[in-house]
Amino acid sequence: MNAPIARVFALFIVLFGLLLVWTSRWTVFDSKALQTNPLNARTVIDQEKIDTGKLLAADGTVLAKSVPGPDHTFSRTYPTGSLFAQPVGYSYVKTGQDAGLELSDGDYLRGVQTGINAIIGQLGGSTQVGDNVYTTLDPKAQRLAYQLLAGRAGSVVALDPRTGAVRAMASLPSYDDNNLKAPCNLPGCSQLNSASQAHDVAGSTFKIVTTVAGIDSGKFTPTSVVNGNSPRLVSGFPLANDGNTSWGPQTLTVALTNSINTIFAQVAEQVGRPTMTEYMKRFGFYSKPPIDLPPGELVASRPYSLINGKPYAPGSPNEDIGRIGIGQGGLLVTPLQMAMVAAAVANGGRLMAPHLTDRVVNADGQTVVQVKPTLYSQVMKPSTAQAVSQMMRNVVEEGTGQAANLGGLTVAGKTGTASIGTTGSNLTEPWFIGFAPVQNPRIVVAVTIDRTQGQFGGTVAAPIAAAIMKLILSEPNG
Amino acid sequence: MSARNRELVGLIPASLLVTAGFAGVFIQRSNALSNVSLTYGAIFLGLCLVGHLVIRATLPYADPYMFPLVALLASFGIVMIYRIDTIAARQQAQWFVLGLILFAATIIAFRDYRKLERYRYTIAAVSLVLLVLPRVPGLGDQVNGAYLGIHIPGVFVFQPTEFAKIGFVIFLASYLRDTRQVLVLGARRILGVTIPPLKHFGPVLVIWGLAMLILFLLHDVGSSLMFYGALLSTLYVATSRVSFVVVGLVAFGLGAWYIGSHVPHINARVQEWLHPLTPSYYSGRNPAQISSYQLANSMFAQAAGGMFGQGFGQATLTIPGTHSFLLPAPSTDMIYAVITDELGLFGAAAVLIAYLMLIARGFKTAILARDSFSTLLAAGLSSVLALQVFVIVGGVTRVIPLTGVTLPFISYGGSSIIANLVLLALLLLVSDRARRPVLA
Repeated sequence: MNAPIARVFALFIVLFGLLLVWTSRWTVFDSKALQTNPLNARTVIDQEKIDTGKLLAADGTVLAKSVPGPDHTFSRTYPTGSLFAQPVGYSYVKTGQDAGLELSDGDYLRGVQTGINAIIGQLGGSTQVGDNVYTTLDPKAQRLAYQLLAGRAGSVVALDPRTGAVRAMASLPSYDDNNLKAPCNLPGCSQLNSASQAHDVAGSTFKIVTTVAGIDSGKFTPTSVVNGNSPRLVSGFPLANDGNTSWGPQTLTVALTNSINTIFAQVAEQVGRPTMTEYMKRFGFYSKPPIDLPPGELVASRPYSLINGKPYAPGSPNEDIGRIGIGQGGLLVTPLQMAMVAAAVANGGRLMAPHLTDRVVNADGQTVVQVKPTLYSQVMKPSTAQAVSQMMRNVVEEGTGQAANLGGLTVAGKTGTASIGTTGSNLTEPWFIGFAPVQNPRIVVAVTIDRTQGQFGGTVAAPIAAAIMKLILSEPNG
Repeated sequence: MSARNRELVGLIPASLLVTAGFAGVFIQRSNALSNVSLTYGAIFLGLCLVGHLVIRATLPYADPYMFPLVALLASFGIVMIYRIDTIAARQQAQWFVLGLILFAATIIAFRDYRKLERYRYTIAAVSLVLLVLPRVPGLGDQVNGAYLGIHIPGVFVFQPTEFAKIGFVIFLASYLRDTRQVLVLGARRILGVTIPPLKHFGPVLVIWGLAMLILFLLHDVGSSLMFYGALLSTLYVATSRVSFVVVGLVAFGLGAWYIGSHVPHINARVQEWLHPLTPSYYSGRNPAQISSYQLANSMFAQAAGGMFGQGFGQATLTIPGTHSFLLPAPSTDMIYAVITDELGLFGAAAVLIAYLMLIARGFKTAILARDSFSTLLAAGLSSVLALQVFVIVGGVTRVIPLTGVTLPFISYGGSSIIANLVLLALLLLVSDRARRPVLA
């Protein structure tokens, strides 16, 4: 009976070999796929066990931190709550919800190792420790922005035109990132970050883009004279100035100071669709803003068809370029994009990519990543920027933006009061974009208030922008 | 070196494992080595030493490697159970004591184990009763749709299959010793297939029916496979007829297929096995009540272990903030997955190799045995042990559909540890007789 015994044993060796082969399938060959399977709760639990780093404002104010929970796990808490909820976002590992910088800086905050460090870390079995991330945000400016919005829906974006560092990004409605299910006290309470996700009618602030295109392309100068009579046929339909005022022949400078629609519609038409499109692209239109927020929380500013609501392809012959030139014609923008427009002029034509992340500091206090200012595009010649700056200074000194004219501070800017809603509804979207001081701009602010009853950018938005500029410029590192 | 001294030296790996394992768990829990916990390790090693002394006193010629291998496997078990549930580890140690008492009792009571042959029908009948007990209303305990144990309130869940498998092998060995010649010689060949005489093959058919009954009544695919596999392997050893095995496998396959497609529970187990990562199966929210959560989590646990494992005490066992296990039944059915999680592919391979070495010693004993009953008994016991390991590890690793049988000597469970120590006692008894020097 010895031979059969040997054969039975041989069979068991084969069967056990199968067990080993299958074990190695799960432990080695299919390991990665199993570990990333969405059904695998271990992935989430492992993440919960990471002591994620702090997210801080520029002055060290804690915007997000981890608090220890049961069984060596951690959860996130947001000490500043709705004040910074829009840019900071949230990260709830258990439910797989994350947004804002908590999402886009997640790898830094969790201390995810890359390259050679990752391999060494794995061999040593070292536990993952998160890094702290300092942002460029200024809590004082952010708080002031919310104070001045005073409960009205709208957005404030403040940034440093020299570097693209965003100092304030405040939008209403906001929400409490500590409790996503909490009812909020604003109608239409929303996690939407209006500063980067709104579809607002730009109105007259867009005339800056038209002015830049006209002067930088060489077709116009600040002293070029254009007829400002009203109304005027644009794309076959009559376009009127505010109050249907006929201004007669005026220079571009005067036209900008008084925001004369018919003149800028002609400038846009004469510059032509291809050139207008080219300049819009340089300012960042048609693309998502180049900022370090999750792509899902960004929308591109661009013209949309008034017929079917779909975005036009850049330079589409269906675009009503005359009306786009005055910020109408289906052009929908984000406050962040309009801040970028002012920033390009303020920084001598060099548009810096806006950013919220300043530096990453590890547990030992060493700065492991320092975000460097990066050039997004050279929008215009420095001479154009110089000329347009002066024109924008004029707007504040003697034009529609006088409410932003602060004593001792040379503010340059442009107002906007876009008519929205149905004809005759009197609903407006007031705007102000601007920078200061005009000779050496250190701060850009864009402000918009949503759906006001006939209020003007010059009276509603300009004072907010001015107050924020004043505050930031008064700070030591402003 | 004498066999017994070799056995004593062989206990060193087990003691090293216990020491390293407990130390690992403590370091992970980052509290100082407490007296209580050290005592666990010491008591456990003391028990192994007692086992060795029993063998030394009673079975001087028995195989010197079996007991150390069992001690090694049990060490794996006690460390893993301690790491999962400290209270369960203390209970396991108590069961181990009871198991050793029965181990010694078996050795003393059956010094001449061949007298077991005389009671083969009684043993078969008792085994049969034991098997169907869980289905008796009021006694049985249904777990995940299978009737696997008898719930004795306040004491424990008694798992009769663990004991029935031993009785079953004793019956088989004894019956086949008598009939093996007749089965072969009386056989006729029809169309190239050897058909044994029905009169003698009858009881074998009864066992086939029994296996089907286990499937049908108890819904226990694992035990069914284990019993039937033991039958086929013992039958093959007894007769050397591959055709018997082939016919047996075909008969089993047909029966299993028929029952599988008519008993929803078994069909569900097959679906879970084929598609464990289907979300509706994973969540259990489907009309057929297919629930692959456990099997999928077994795979996830093994994936987390990787090549080298996360280390003793490092694996994630519970959902944070709760006491509910991420992987259900971590100390019983799923212990192999937990071992793989903590010790990786290499740790799992070590466990499998330890089992193979133990099984090799069992078959070696079968070869050395000087009479047919001894040979068949040793081969049968080794086979049933090997099959039990294959059924549960195969289930956990998705080689075959998952059914709840314990991993011998490692899993938590009184019935399992006691029954398997009795099985070891029988193997050592056969081995002692087989290796005893023949007096001139």
